[in-house]
Amino acid sequence: MLQTRNLTRRFAGLTAVNDVSLEVRSGEVFGVIGPNGAGKTTFFNMLSGIVPATSGDIVFKGKPIQKLQPHRIARLGIGRTFQIVRPFSELTVLENVLAAVGVRYCSNFFSALDQSRRRKHRDVARALLQRAHVDRYEHELAGNLPLGVLRRLEIARALGLRPDLLLLDESFSGLSHREVLDLVELVRELRADGMTVILIEHNMQVTMNLCDRVAVLDRGEKIAEGRPAEITNDRRVIAAYLGSDA
Amino acid sequence: MLDAYVITILTLMGIWSIVALGLNVITGLAGQFNLGIGVYMGTGAYATAMLTTAAGFTFWEALPFAIAASALMGFLTGLPALRVREDSLAVLSIGLVFVFESLLIYLPYFGGPLGISRVPRATFAGVPATNQTYLLIVLAAFLLSIAVTLYLRRSWMGLAWESIREDETAAHALGIHPARYKLYAFTIGAALAGLGGVLYAHFIRYVTPYDFGFLPSIYVLVMVVFGGLGTARGAVFGACFLTVLPELFRFVQDYRNLIYGVTLVLLMLYEPRGLLGDGSYVWRGLRFLGMRLRTAVSNGRSYVANP
Repeated sequence: MLQTRNLTRRFAGLTAVNDVSLEVRSGEVFGVIGPNGAGKTTFFNMLSGIVPATSGDIVFKGKPIQKLQPHRIARLGIGRTFQIVRPFSELTVLENVLAAVGVRYCSNFFSALDQSRRRKHRDVARALLQRAHVDRYEHELAGNLPLGVLRRLEIARALGLRPDLLLLDESFSGLSHREVLDLVELVRELRADGMTVILIEHNMQVTMNLCDRVAVLDRGEKIAEGRPAEITNDRRVIAAYLGSDA
Repeated sequence: MLDAYVITILTLMGIWSIVALGLNVITGLAGQFNLGIGVYMGTGAYATAMLTTAAGFTFWEALPFAIAASALMGFLTGLPALRVREDSLAVLSIGLVFVFESLLIYLPYFGGPLGISRVPRATFAGVPATNQTYLLIVLAAFLLSIAVTLYLRRSWMGLAWESIREDETAAHALGIHPARYKLYAFTIGAALAGLGGVLYAHFIRYVTPYDFGFLPSIYVLVMVVFGGLGTARGAVFGACFLTVLPELFRFVQDYRNLIYGVTLVLLMLYEPRGLLGDGSYVWRGLRFLGMRLRTAVSNGRSYVANP
């Protein structure tokens, strides 16, 4: 589904992501973990095209995408959320999702003005809101809603693209226990539907429960990759999290 | 029927409303700050003035060409504007309006600082339009502009614009190409402003570079923000109110600018979203009244699906 080869990103003097190669298989939930500043979000930003890679390749569904702009990558089927939520604040919850749903149908000037599919878009968007359990906020402005709702709204919005690959950037952080459980359930459902998910997560319990495989980044480098149980016993991982004396 | 003075005011209200609706597309919907709407209005006005005085076109023949010229101008000025955001974009648009004004003054084709005079009256049904008929033409153009704006807002294009306005990076990651939709906004907004410019030229019947310079551009921005940025009703209300305001206060003469300024300061202090913006005091009041009225009409049963 997705491969990175020697993926590297340097910001003036700082190598945020260094030579990361990994492969995410179709239909799995893949976790990317690591201490703060390990380069996880930069890694995501390169996958979605927001930050161009300094060197290395990203191959998605057999196509190199490292040179594509974000909207092209999104239209190829990669949806994402943001660590610091980025809702369209002055739009309602429904409109937030409608903006994404329309992307699938509106590829040029005239189709963007065509209103014949309005009702259909609306139905698709409502179904997604229900799926993410935010349907009761449909008509609220996104800017007025609490973080827990916004996290789920961002997922609903990303799903509006009907992506093959969903990138969740700390979608579980700042949520209540109940909300975390709901979201874990949602990700499981998505996997059951055949979607591939990559998630960045700090919550170890979530990672261990949900992920099929995990990669660990530390200071921009991949130090381990494997099943959750293997990862927790890896000396380098323990050292990265607890300090090298551990 | 109507007093000539009232007709003049109403016509100007209509014209400025159309220009304000054009700016509302660019700044209100797509969120691209623009302090140089005069460029597009002026392009429309000068295009029609030149076509009708030098090339022998009639008002109706010149109209589509003038609007197309404005749209093209919107597209062309949109291209450099794609590279910058927010405050730099505002400064860039100011630069553009000064360049535009200077070109009109110094290039030999546009009549210099005196501009172009003797722009013919518009014709209607073969005869030159009286001011009263012209008011009807302006009114029709105004209604058309409203319809266009409302249609855009209901279409996916409108949503794409608003999502870019709210968060360009998030919109981009969602598959919406910001550059492309910004260019659409510039083009369509400029076309509307150009329509306003055409109507202005055939009403005042002479055009000078100063009519479309920096200050008039600022006045239009003030109209849009005053009424409520991002809404058609706000743009129209702002344009009408601020056109009429100096007339209402004609009796205080020298203090008219003072009143104009104080009105702006007070409104922005107490209603920063504009008088009729979403969530403003007046607009919420009006909506509440409307709902009560509907409830009363429908025998106490509300048919409002989502109050």
